[in-house]
Amino acid sequence: MPEEPILKVNNIDVYYSTLQALWDISFTVNKGEIVAIIGSNGSGKSTLLNTISGILHPSRGKIEFEGKEISRKDPFQIVSLGICQVPEGGRTFPNMTVLDNLIIGSYNSRARSLRDQNIKTVYEHFPRLEERKNQLAKTLSGGERQMLAISRGLMSNPKLMLFDEMSLGLSPIMVNELYKALREIRSRGITAILVEQNVRRSLKEADRAYIIEAGHIVLSGRAQELRGEEKVKKAYFGG
Amino acid sequence: MDIFSDLGTPIVMGILLGGLYSLIALGLSIVFGVMKLINVAHGDLVILSSYIGFAFLSRFGVDPIISLVIGIPVLFGIGYFLQTFLLNRAFKISMEAPLIIAFGVSIVFQNAFQMAWSPMSRGLTTSYALNSFNLGGIHVPLIYLLDFVVAILVMLFLREFLRRTYLGKAINAASQDRGAAHLMGINTNRVYAFAFGLAMIFAAIAGVFLGLTFPFTPASGPSYLIIAFGVIVLGGMGNMLGTFIGGVIMGLAQTMGGYFLNATAQMLVAYVIVLIIMTVRPQGIFGR
Repeated sequence: MPEEPILKVNNIDVYYSTLQALWDISFTVNKGEIVAIIGSNGSGKSTLLNTISGILHPSRGKIEFEGKEISRKDPFQIVSLGICQVPEGGRTFPNMTVLDNLIIGSYNSRARSLRDQNIKTVYEHFPRLEERKNQLAKTLSGGERQMLAISRGLMSNPKLMLFDEMSLGLSPIMVNELYKALREIRSRGITAILVEQNVRRSLKEADRAYIIEAGHIVLSGRAQELRGEEKVKKAYFGG
Repeated sequence: MDIFSDLGTPIVMGILLGGLYSLIALGLSIVFGVMKLINVAHGDLVILSSYIGFAFLSRFGVDPIISLVIGIPVLFGIGYFLQTFLLNRAFKISMEAPLIIAFGVSIVFQNAFQMAWSPMSRGLTTSYALNSFNLGGIHVPLIYLLDFVVAILVMLFLREFLRRTYLGKAINAASQDRGAAHLMGINTNRVYAFAFGLAMIFAAIAGVFLGLTFPFTPASGPSYLIIAFGVIVLGGMGNMLGTFIGGVIMGLAQTMGGYFLNATAQMLVAYVIVLIIMTVRPQGIFGR
């Protein structure tokens, strides 16, 4: 693929006021890939996603999306450009209906005209959401809320989706369903970054992966190769 | 049993008055529901609208309701400005800072009113404000009915706006989870400013009808703030039906208190009811 990567993160440092959370982070994501970022709690995975989303800004280095620098942009601008985050726990709006949650997902101007089309697509991925479309989000089960969160993200017409701990706390059956949907999403041409603690599963689904530890990237490569790596096996598979 | 024969009047008056009270409280409820801020300048902003209506009436002979054409944009602009340049920055300082700033705004307004219009009591005296009509043997001031109808219309408008428009849903979303709303591409700063401006539009309408119904002075703001606060505590936050019911309860408490006890006890009865609800069901009758 001689094409430019869709996302380029170059040597970024990120601070929470005076506390440094990320050191000299660099990585790329190519269009259509599923890239996993793996690390334990507190390693900086969510910080990284929040920086890409524009909630935090790097104090050094830069982030480029489709060739344009986005390091200093506001979150709503970044959504307009085509990057959408499905945050940890989904964070659906509890006192709004399933349908309203989806509608608000298409808030940015690029997505509004495609709203009804996208709703149909979402219902194809997750028929259960259509059954529950007039229910308040807080009445859904954990897995259904996660489906809703992913769907809400899809409504924004993203080119790149960021998933923060998509499978956290969910049953294996539900996790399978979500990953199946993720594959369907990828087949529509959407690129994905997965942040996961579930190393085994994410290495199975991803093309490439980066291992992050205490704010540093310590290892990277094709997912298949990393599965065999001694370091990864010892650290994460208890081998 | 004789004491109950005239009960009709205070009951009807109380319900109609409740409409006005819920209209006054609506702006306060929006700001609290969306931004979790108790705008202690709310009463004064309502009275600002009363004074603007007074200025148009006394200077140009223009009916105060017509003067809302000017009054509404003025108050919307003040609200948008307050939120964007004062309150927004205050939020970043601390949780209490916006409260203190609003308090300062309140003091500024009260003094400005006194300088511009003297401490004298004012009223918006139009021909229809003095009329009353007959409802099955009960004499009801026309203005009370007008207040009630306007309050219902405004609340219906707000409900449909929140339900059907993108901006309405965005306000709803931002009030439930600001961070998630941010991640959905909502410019939460702008949405907050708009919500505040919307609250000011309702304050503007409330101020004019308040001025048509009761006399007011530069210091009237805080009194109506307390009533609005009572309405919201009774009805529960962020719930339009709750705000309406809360207003009716406050209105009824006042008129029934005045009927069974005396004029001085009116507000006391209302406040006691607020205290009881706060103790027994602090989230309000419809709150969550």
